Amino acid sequence: MDGSTPVRLTIDGQEVEAPAGSTIHAACEGAGISTPTLCWAENLTPVNVCRVCVVELEGSRALVPACSRPAEDGMEVRTDTERVRHSRRMVLEFLGSGVDLSQAESLHAWMEHYGADPDRYADEGHPVERISEPVKVQDELYVRDYEKCVLCYKCVEACGDDAQHTYAIAVAGRGFDARISTEFDVALPESACVYCGNCVGVCPTGALQFKTEFDLRQADQWRPEEQTVTRTVCSYCGVGCNLDLHVQDERIVKVTSPSDHSVTSGHLCIKGRFGWEYVHGE
Amino acid sequence: MADVHLGAEQATEAERAAVDAALKRYGADPVVQRRTERLAIGGTARRQQRRHYLLPALHSLQNAAGWISPGGVNYIGEVLLVPPAEAYGVASFYDLFRTDPPDHDGDTVHVCVDAACQISGCEELAASVAAAGGHVHRSPCLGQCERAPAMFVQAVGGPDRVPADEPADEDGDGAGYRLPQAGDPGLRLLRRIGVADPASLEDYRACGGYEALARAVEMGPEAVLAAVADSGLSGRGGAAFPTGVKWRAVAAETGRPKHVVANCDESEPGTFKDRVVMEQDPFAVIESLTIAGLATGAAQGWIYIRGEYPLATARLLGAADQARAAGLLGPDAAGRGRAFDVAVWRGAGAYICGEETALFNSLEGFRGEPRNKPPFPTTHGLFGQPTAVNNPETLINVLDIVTEGPEAYRARGTERSPGTKLLCLSGRVRRPGLYEVPFGTRLGEVLDLAGGVTGSGELQAVLMGGAAGSFVGPDSLDLPLTLEDAREAGTTLGSGVVMAFDTTVDMTAVVVRIAEFFRNESCGQCVPCRVGTVRQHEALVRMAERGELSAQRREMLDDVAQVMGDASICGLGHTAASAVRSALDLGLVGAGSGAGLGRN
Ligand SMILES: Cc1cc2nc3c(=O)[nH]c(=O)nc-3n(C[C@H](O)[C@H](O)[C@H](O)COP(=O)(O)O)c2cc1C
Ligand code: SF4
Ligand code: SF4
Ligand code: SF4
Ligand code: FES
Ligand code: FES
Repeated sequence: MDGSTPVRLTIDGQEVEAPAGSTIHAACEGAGISTPTLCWAENLTPVNVCRVCVVELEGSRALVPACSRPAEDGMEVRTDTERVRHSRRMVLEFLGSGVDLSQAESLHAWMEHYGADPDRYADEGHPVERISEPVKVQDELYVRDYEKCVLCYKCVEACGDDAQHTYAIAVAGRGFDARISTEFDVALPESACVYCGNCVGVCPTGALQFKTEFDLRQADQWRPEEQTVTRTVCSYCGVGCNLDLHVQDERIVKVTSPSDHSVTSGHLCIKGRFGWEYVHGE
Repeated sequence: MADVHLGAEQATEAERAAVDAALKRYGADPVVQRRTERLAIGGTARRQQRRHYLLPALHSLQNAAGWISPGGVNYIGEVLLVPPAEAYGVASFYDLFRTDPPDHDGDTVHVCVDAACQISGCEELAASVAAAGGHVHRSPCLGQCERAPAMFVQAVGGPDRVPADEPADEDGDGAGYRLPQAGDPGLRLLRRIGVADPASLEDYRACGGYEALARAVEMGPEAVLAAVADSGLSGRGGAAFPTGVKWRAVAAETGRPKHVVANCDESEPGTFKDRVVMEQDPFAVIESLTIAGLATGAAQGWIYIRGEYPLATARLLGAADQARAAGLLGPDAAGRGRAFDVAVWRGAGAYICGEETALFNSLEGFRGEPRNKPPFPTTHGLFGQPTAVNNPETLINVLDIVTEGPEAYRARGTERSPGTKLLCLSGRVRRPGLYEVPFGTRLGEVLDLAGGVTGSGELQAVLMGGAAGSFVGPDSLDLPLTLEDAREAGTTLGSGVVMAFDTTVDMTAVVVRIAEFFRNESCGQCVPCRVGTVRQHEALVRMAERGELSAQRREMLDDVAQVMGDASICGLGHTAASAVRSALDLGLVGAGSGAGLGRN
C-alpha cells in the first residue's frame, strides 16, 4: 500500500489525514489523541484481544479495536464518548479485579483517567475469583509470575511467528482458566525454550521478569530511577544488534533492545540478552 | 526454522498406531523425519500443509489412551510438525480431550446439565450413572433436549455412543428422534424424515433426492445465485444473514481456492434440529452443500460437526461415500466438469467453535478462538481463502428453492421472513420434539402443537433462541414467529429454540446455570468476555444465595452486560448477558421473585 494516497477520516470531529495502511490507533496518534493499549506493540502482529483501545465507529454496532482496524476514507471515529469510556474503564477494572497489576505501570495512569475501581466486584466479604498461583522460578535467567498475567499474547507471539520461531509457550486452557504454558506445564529448561528473553522483553505487566530484577525487587532494591542506560552493539556475532544496558549500582541489571531497531525490532538471542552475566563472572 | 523440539516421552505402540490410522483415514501420509531424538525436521510450508490434521490426530490419541499424553503429543510433533506447546494449547481448549492421566478406566459419561435437562432430572441421572460405577462428566447441552435428560458416552478404544440412539429406546419409536408432525403434508424440510432410509441413496432419490442438483447444473451458477437471493432465504444458524448476499460475495472472488462449510457444530443450548436432519436426512445436507459449491465456485466442501454427534457423523460419512461412489461427489460432482467433494471434521466439545471464524481456526488445527472481523469469511475464511459458511437448515432450504423456484418458496411464511422454520420444542411441553412451521405462526400456536404446557399447566416463561437468546413471558403467546416481529419484541428466534417453563420451575437455578454456561464456554481471548462472564456468574450465584439482588449489584450487572455487548470480539460475548437480563427484566429472578437455589 506504500506510495498510495493518504486516507482522510474524522476523529472526534477533527479532520485527520493518515498515511495509507495506518490503523485507527496510528491515525489517532498522528492527531495527538492518545489511546490506551495493552496487547498491541509496534514490533508484534496485532491480536486485538485486550479491547482497552476500543473506539466508536459510525455504522458499526459494536465498538472496534483501534490498534488493528485499518483507517479508511470517510470513517467517523469517536474516542471519548460515554460508551468508549465505559468499555475502557470496565476492561481495566476487570483486569485489576482478576490479576495483580502493581507492576503494569503503563496502565496506572489510564486506570486513574477512566476511574477504574477493581475492588467493586467483591460482595460483602465474598471475594471474587482471581488468578492465583505460585511464581515459577525454574532457572537463573527469568521468572514467570502468572498472577500478573493479563493474557495479552505478546510473549506467545514473540516466542513464535513474530520473532523467535521457537514455540516454547502457548495459550492453554479456556476462558478464565486460560494460561500461558509450556506443553503439560513442564519446567522451562525441559521445554523448547532457548532463553532469548524476547518474551520478557515484550511483557507489559512484570509477569515475565529477568531474575536479576525479580531478586532486586524481592530485596526491595529495584530502583529504576537510579538506573543508567547505555547503548552498545553486541559483540558476540556479526549481526550487529543494538543492546541497551541498564545499570544500577555499577552492575548490569537488564538488557533490552530498542523496538524500532532495524535489525532486532527489539528482539535478541541468549548471548546478547544474558551474555553479560559472564561479565560479572557468575 | 520451524524444526520442532520434542519432549523426551515416547508414544505407546497403540498411540502411534491410532494416529497413523487417523492420518491415513483423513488422507495424510505419516512422514517422519528426525535429525536427533528430540528434533523433527520441518520447514514452514510443510508445517502449514499438515496442521489441519491436528484435530483428527488428537481425537485418535484421546480414543486410544483415554487422554492426550506427553508421548502422544511428541508423536504428533514428529508427524505433523506441531510444536508440543501448541498441540497442548489446542488439546486443553476442548472438553472432550483430557490432558492429565484419567483417574478412571474406560468410558466417560457426559450428562447434560443445561436447562432442558436441569428441569428433567439430570442430577438424578448423574447420580444413578455414578452409583452404577460410571464416570460422570457434567456437560453443556448435548443437542438432545427433546429427550432430556441427555447422555453421551465417550469411549476408550471403541466408538462413542448415545444411549438414546440405540434401537431399543423404550419410547417405542426406536428411531431416536421425535417428529410429532410426521406424515403432515405441510412439511417441507422434514418431509423425507421417517420416509426415506437415511442410509440409502436409492431411497433418497426415490423421494426426489438429487433432482435439485440436476436442476442447479442445468440452471448454472448465476441462476442459482439469483434464485437464492430472490427467495429471501436468511441464515438459520442464529444471525439471519441473507444467504444470497453471502454466496454472491464468495462467487465474486476469483483466483484463489474457495470453500463452502456446513456449520454442524450445533451447540446452542436447546438446539437439536441439525442433529435430527443430519441423522435422518444426511443426503440432503450433502446435496445442498454441493449446490452451494456449484453456485459459489468452491470445489471443496467441509462439514464441521460437533464431537458429541456420533450417529449424525456416521450417517454423513456413509452418505458421502455413497454419493462419491455414484459420481455425485468427485471430479464431475457439480456437473460440466466441475469437481466437488466434502470432508468431515469432528469438533471436540466447545460451543465457541460454532462461531464461524472460531470454526475455521479449530478446523485448521488452532485453538478455537474467533477472529476479529473484518476481514469477513467471504474474502478471508478457511485457510484465509474465500468461504461461505452455512447452517445445515439454511442449506437444505436451497433444495426447494432450486426445484420449485423462489416464488413458490415465498408462498410460505411472510413477506420479510419467507419459508418455513424448524423449531426445537423442549422443556415443559407435552410433546417435545422437532417441528416445522411457516414463519409467522404464533408462539402460542406452536406450544399448542406441542400439546401445551405440562407441570402446573401454567406457563411461566419461554426461552427463545437458546442461551444466547432471551426469555419471554406468557404475554408473548401472540407473538408471530418472524425475524422482524421477534426483533421488534426485543427477542430472537436465534437457532429456533422454544423451551417452555411452567410455574413450578425455579427460574433462578436456570438463570444461574445459563450464566455458568457462558463462563465455561468463553474462549478466554478477550477481556470483556473472559472476565465479564465470570463476574456475571458470581453475582448471580450470590443473588441466589441471598434471595435478592440489590440495586447496586443490578447496576454492576448492567455495567458488565454493556461492556460485553460493546467491546467483546464475537457473538458469544455480545449475547452472554442477554438471557440473564431478560430474566431480571421480566422479574423471573431477582427482587421479589422468591429467588433461591432450590432444586427443581
Ligand atoms: C458463540 C456462537 C456459536 C455459534 N454456533 C453456531 C452453530 O452451532 N451452528 C451454526 O450454524 N451457527 C452458529 N453460529 C453462527 C455462525 O457464526 C454463522 O453465523 C452461521 O453458521 C452462518 O450460517 P447461516 O448464515 O446459514 O446461519 C454461532 C455463533 C456464535 C457467536
Ligand atoms: S525466552 Fe525466548 S524461547 Fe524462551 S519462552 Fe521466551 S521467547 Fe520463547
Ligand atoms: S506473560 Fe506477560 S506477555 Fe505473556 S501474556 Fe501474560 S502479560 Fe502478556
Ligand atoms: S467474546 Fe468471548 S468467546 Fe468471543 S472471542 Fe471474546 S472471549 Fe472469546
Ligand atoms: S490494544 Fe487494541 S485490543 Fe489490545
Ligand atoms: S441436551 Fe440437555 S439442554 Fe440440550
